[in-house]
Formats: sequence, structure tokens, C-alpha cells
Amino acid sequence: MTASQIRATILEVIGQILPDEDLSKLKGDVRIRDQVEMDSMDFLDIIMELRKRYGIEVPEEDYMKLATLDSAVAYLEPRMAHL
Amino acid sequence: MSGSAMDYDVLIIGAGMSGLAAGIRLAYFDKRVCILERHHRVGGLSSYYHRKGYDIDVGLHAMTNYVPKGVRLTPLPKLLRQLKLQPEDFDLRQQRMSVTRFPEKTLRFSNDFNLFVEEVNRNFPNQTDNFQKLVAAIRDYDELALDAKPLSAREVVGSYISDPLLVDMLFCPLMFYGSAQENDIEFGQFVIMFKGIYCEGFARPQIGIRQILDTLVKKYEGHGGTLRLRNGVQSLRVSNGRVEAAVLDSGEVLTAARIISSIGYIETLRLLPDYQPSRFPCDEGQMSLVESVLVLDKEPVELGYDTTITFYNGSERFSYRKPDQLVDVSSGVICCPNNFQLDKPLPEGMIRITNLANYGLWNALNEEEYKARKAVSLEQALEQVVKLIPDFRGSIVYSDVFTPKTIHRFTGHINGAVYGAPNKIKNGATHIENLFICGTDQGFLGIVGSMLSGISMANYHVLQKT
Repeated sequence: MTASQIRATILEVIGQILPDEDLSKLKGDVRIRDQVEMDSMDFLDIIMELRKRYGIEVPEEDYMKLATLDSAVAYLEPRMAHL
Repeated sequence: MSGSAMDYDVLIIGAGMSGLAAGIRLAYFDKRVCILERHHRVGGLSSYYHRKGYDIDVGLHAMTNYVPKGVRLTPLPKLLRQLKLQPEDFDLRQQRMSVTRFPEKTLRFSNDFNLFVEEVNRNFPNQTDNFQKLVAAIRDYDELALDAKPLSAREVVGSYISDPLLVDMLFCPLMFYGSAQENDIEFGQFVIMFKGIYCEGFARPQIGIRQILDTLVKKYEGHGGTLRLRNGVQSLRVSNGRVEAAVLDSGEVLTAARIISSIGYIETLRLLPDYQPSRFPCDEGQMSLVESVLVLDKEPVELGYDTTITFYNGSERFSYRKPDQLVDVSSGVICCPNNFQLDKPLPEGMIRITNLANYGLWNALNEEEYKARKAVSLEQALEQVVKLIPDFRGSIVYSDVFTPKTIHRFTGHINGAVYGAPNKIKNGATHIENLFICGTDQGFLGIVGSMLSGISMANYHVLQKT
């Protein structure tokens, strides 16, 4: 997957978890949780959904790297390049 | 990983609300999961039965935590998202109005918290500031933290509210709908109940508890989970400090990498081969209930009763404790399932009366006495409640009473303790590294709480670990 495909995938996953949220104005460099009303359980679901769909393991110490859309794309890019 | 050689990744004991919710989470995330339930029906403490053509709910008076669509960060929408359900799946209908009635005062409350604040201010004008501070403290408290240290709600609330009558009136509904402890409740649990009942509110599915249970089972099985009814777990096999298998009542053995038990903490430990009560000091739950179910030939509203739930206390001080007689009708709960904002009327009028009861005394009766005392208990309960609501005794077409003994028989909870043991184990851990508990003894309360308990334990002990 390319960076833009990964970004679209993350947005799609968030959209699945929060179906009534408008994600079109989500800024890439601001914490997702500061822009979207979500709790820690929702955040965890993003990680688990990525594992379910693509088998990507994100260890707990790396959760912070998924805090913004940009950092999440950067973190996932090498891990999803083969997909 | 040794998991693949096992029959299942996770076994769940008990198909109540918490077990089913845990199962949905695990099955959705592709765990091989099996729920084992001894009874022939799901639901556990919140189930239903058919008698003489009537469908009778057990446990559910109302679901707490009702919030309108669009609210996101409170327990009900949280659990709907976690289970990937839509609000419509539970088909909830809001209450009309509920009341707490004490000899001196009555407090009304609805699903609009402002009404309750007004009622408190009007009835207790010198407590207005204190109540406001208490509410602020409650709103700030993180009741879902798994590492919070236990506090006495009597102490915390007493430090804000100086009128003991208001304290008692605030506690009454919360105790009846969730306290495993006599005359007190852990503050975190008080907060869960306070928010769920006063700040959010009551609702019920049009058809009652089956709506919730059918939804959960369908979702669970849809994700590939296995549900085995009439399959109780008789014992657990342990080797090298790890639980490795469950032995069913039939003798069948199922292996699993992890086991989550929703049947109660002591009830779970008793399945272990070397269980010695002295090694695991834990008080048994004592709080149990008698419930009298009355089917009427008309809607209660036709008799002039339109309240959804009445919590009452007829004594000078409200006492929430195991009675030293079979049943204590001096306080209780009167629930009218018809008095929700339903789409269409229920098939019959119904009133349910709940009173505190003593398991040991009910259990000691022989069959004949048991039957006779149920009838007496019903008479006593009716006599008490018709002092508070219109006399509906002439409209009763069917009545049934279930007791702590009934609750014990169908749920296996020691002493028929509807809210489990007084000390909760919030992180769900046991001394066995791959055996966890969820449900009543984990400590999130009510129907919404029990589902959140299953979800949290599945997340914390399985999904975040593997």
C-alpha cells in the first residue's frame, strides 16, 4: 500500500468505528482524539481492526505513534508496504 | 503459541449479559470462543420465563444509562460501539417518570436530570449547594478505571450532604438496583449507578429483556462464536499454575488458552481442584430479593397509576440489609413495565414488586412451607404497596413469586445474591494467570454495566494481550 492508500484505510477504519462522524476535515498533524469524540476503547479498536484486517501487530508501547493521522501513516507505511 | 493445539482460544463460563458481550468482542476479533451455559436459556441474572402463556422478565425492571442518539461518551453508546450494534437494536423506550417515596418526602426523576436537581432543591433547599458539589464530584470521577481504590459511598456522599434523609433518598434506588453491600456501596459503583439512573435514565425494550438477549446471541453467533446451552462447567483443570481445561457436567473436557468466568468470584474458585475458602478470604454476597409478579386484566394507567418505577421506604431510616425474616416489605421497588413510552401497549398489564429477602430462611423451608410462605409474602407485599399506589388487587389475573432460592437455582449465585459479592475485583484477575472473571463480581453494575464488564475484561485480558 502507498501512503495515501494507508491514510484512506485508517480513515475508513475510524469511519467504521464512528459511523456518524464527519472525517473529511480531519487534520493530519493534530491528535485524532482532539478532533474526534472518541474514548480509549475506540482508539484501541482502530489498532485491533488493523490487526484483524491486515495482521499488523502494534505493540502497546507504540500506541502513541498512532496518535495523529500523519504519524500513524508514517508508522504503518513500512508495515503495510507489502499489502 | 500453544493456543492452536487447544479446542478454543477462550472459554467463557456463563451466557449472561457479561459473558455474551465478552464473547461478541472475542468472536469479532477472530478468537475461537465458546460460551458454556448450564441453564437451557441465556441471560443469567437477567433472563425470562414463560408461565401460563405470559412472558415474564427476570431481573430487568429497566435498563439504566439511557441517552438520546448522538451522545457518544457515556456507557450505553460506548457498549453499542464496542459490540458494533446500533441503538435501534435494543429498541429502547424511555420511562415516563419514576419516584422515590419516603414517609416525609417524595423525589421525582425522569430522563431529564434537571428535573431531579429541581426536585432535590425544592425538597431540600438547605442542601442545594452541597448537592451541586456532590454532582460535580460525581461527574469528575472515572468510575470505569480498573485500578481505583475502594471508597465508602456513605462516607464520600456524607462529606457533601449533611441531611441524612437526602442521603437515604439518594441511596435508595441505587442500592436496590445494584448494591451487594449492606447499607453501603463502593463509591465507584455509586457513581456508576448515580450517572446511570439520575443523570442518564431508564428505558426498556418494547418486548423486554428478550430483545437484548436475542440481539447479543445473534451478533455472537454471527461472528462465529459457539454457544452451548445445558452445558455447565463442573470443574476446571489446572497445571503449573495455569488453567488448561474445563470439565463439563457431562464429563466432556474442553481445553482453552484462557478462561473468562462470569459466574461469580467464589463460584469460579470453587471449580478449582485445590480450592480452600481460607486461602481466599472473600465475603459471600448476602443481598437477595423476592419478586412478586402480578398480571392485571387492565393497564395500570386505567387504575390511575402512570409512574414507571416507585422506590419506596416506609421506615424512619432506610435500611438496605439482609432481613432477619423471609422478606422485608417495609421498603422495595414497584415497577410497571406498561408505564414506559411504548409504541403499542404490552399484551397485559403488569406490576412487579421487589423486596429484600433472606436466602437462608427461604432455603430452609420444606416444599409445603415454601409454597405457603410465598403466598404470605405476596399478600404482605401487596398490602404494603397499595398504601402507595392505587389498589389494583381486584384486577390481578395471575401472580407468581420468585425467591432467593429460585435465583440460586437458575443462576448458581451463592445465596441467590443478585449483585454478587460485596468486594469487587475490578481488574478481573484471579491468582491463576489465565483465569479471569467478568460480570457482577467484577463490579460494573446493571445490565449496561454487566455488558461493559464483559467487554472490558475481553479487551484487557485477551485482545490487548495477544
